[in-house]
Amino acid sequence: MRVYVAGVGLTRIGRLFDKGILDLAAEAAWKAIDDSGGIIPDAVVVGNMLSSSLQSQDNLGAYVAAGIGLRGRPAFKVEAACGSGGAAIYTGVSLIASGLAGSVLVVGVEKMTDFPNAVVTEALAQAADSEYELFYGATFVGLNALMMRYYMEKYGVSRDEMSAWPVLMHRNGAVNPYAQIRREITIEDVARSQVVADPIRLLDSSPIGDGAAAVLLVSEEVAKSLPEKPPVAITGAGMSVDTVELSNRETLDRIPAAAEAARKALEMAGVRPEELDVVEIHDAFTINAVLLLEELGLAPRGKAARLVAEGKFHPGDKPTANPSGGLKSRGHPVGATGVYQVVEVAMQLRGDFPGVKVPGAEKGLALNMGGDGSTVTVHILSRV
Amino acid sequence: MTEHQTRRGEGGVSAMRLSPAMLWRTRIPRYRLVGRECLECGRRHYPPRPVCPHCGSRRLRDVVLPRTGTVETYTVIYTVMEGFRDRAPHVIALVRLDDGTRVLAPLTDVDPSGVSTGMRVEATLRRIRVDGDTGLIGYGLSFRPLMEPRQGASK
Repeated sequence: MRVYVAGVGLTRIGRLFDKGILDLAAEAAWKAIDDSGGIIPDAVVVGNMLSSSLQSQDNLGAYVAAGIGLRGRPAFKVEAACGSGGAAIYTGVSLIASGLAGSVLVVGVEKMTDFPNAVVTEALAQAADSEYELFYGATFVGLNALMMRYYMEKYGVSRDEMSAWPVLMHRNGAVNPYAQIRREITIEDVARSQVVADPIRLLDSSPIGDGAAAVLLVSEEVAKSLPEKPPVAITGAGMSVDTVELSNRETLDRIPAAAEAARKALEMAGVRPEELDVVEIHDAFTINAVLLLEELGLAPRGKAARLVAEGKFHPGDKPTANPSGGLKSRGHPVGATGVYQVVEVAMQLRGDFPGVKVPGAEKGLALNMGGDGSTVTVHILSRV
Repeated sequence: MTEHQTRRGEGGVSAMRLSPAMLWRTRIPRYRLVGRECLECGRRHYPPRPVCPHCGSRRLRDVVLPRTGTVETYTVIYTVMEGFRDRAPHVIALVRLDDGTRVLAPLTDVDPSGVSTGMRVEATLRRIRVDGDTGLIGYGLSFRPLMEPRQGASK
């Protein structure tokens, strides 16, 4: 399968009080359309989680597509909590692979900063089981904290070993012009930062921010008709789900949906994990990154945090993990994140990512997750 | 005015809209700690699902789960969501009941600094949250530290 990336667009992530959903979506979408040489898409897929709960806005496909000047075509929202962006890409790829559309604009957009943190925290907690987790005041951070404590105690991993990940992310993100937090931090900063849900500290957590990312996907046929054939394509797509409620998972130190989604995507693309030059993975919290590196087969069980502390996955290593700065530093406008990742990997392969570069990258992976491991999408991008 | 603005401000009690029908529908698992046992693979789960999360069988029966268990892991939540501001820090645990079933619930009657993995706990019923608009109270499961009876002590 080849679904070509004909254009990409990003907004800088931040607390953008002067911009609404349409402003953000329009900025990213038209950058992607312009980047593609002006392809007007056959269909629009919007990745978004919180428009209903925070913006009181449903019907987002029509709202966004028509609002940014693209009426008269199919458009809809895809929601999979923090994995909405990846699921939107998966849907866009499906539309092209099925032949229903020759070109699809996938735009991930999230507006999170209109309300105080307690309100946003509750909205995000809707990614969990409403009747048996959210009801009891188990925040989304809290559920990830359960996994983090379990992992650290099971494998004897120290606080400082875990902290190597956010330190690396902030170093990478410091030079990404689209990142929300462009500031380096130290292991000591992490250890001193506020406890959000023990053992997760503020500097283990991705920030709350607004942003939008867009990608213009085209079929082989449309790609051939362009003056210049796009150099990057999505060559593998995989998705898998697991129980939303943590209590019914087999074990707390595994994310089986990630392993399964990755297996499907890599198999489809004919790529082995060791061939990957760059990966953008879902580190809403430090523990997510650590578990996902292990699920991708890039680190043995219980060892990922230590490997990061020893310099593995840093710029120059293969694969380089999250040169964008990841969710931790680039930011995590939840429903847009999965689209940011695909755009970032595509730019790495094109050689025009404006932050930490992975020179000569040929193959990359983007992994986006919804809930604490309940929805995972993986896309493989290749230079073609 | 958005929904959130109308829902906040009732003494900071709760933003969650509680549905009487939802509370009624979930009363048996919530109040009596009833889970499900799979008639194919024999494993139990909680909260009850229409299909066994372990093997996919639809042949299930309701079972009253044991009320005692061990803390498998826990967290102390400082940044609480709406409706829990008055009880921060809020302790949430995953408890392995004595039959191996895993249950998520708050810990109560305990100093957060005194919680540890492996701690013995027992199930109890507690007020969990109140609907800020209607005053409807949602009761549910909590776990408290278990005072193990000494060997040979009479009941």
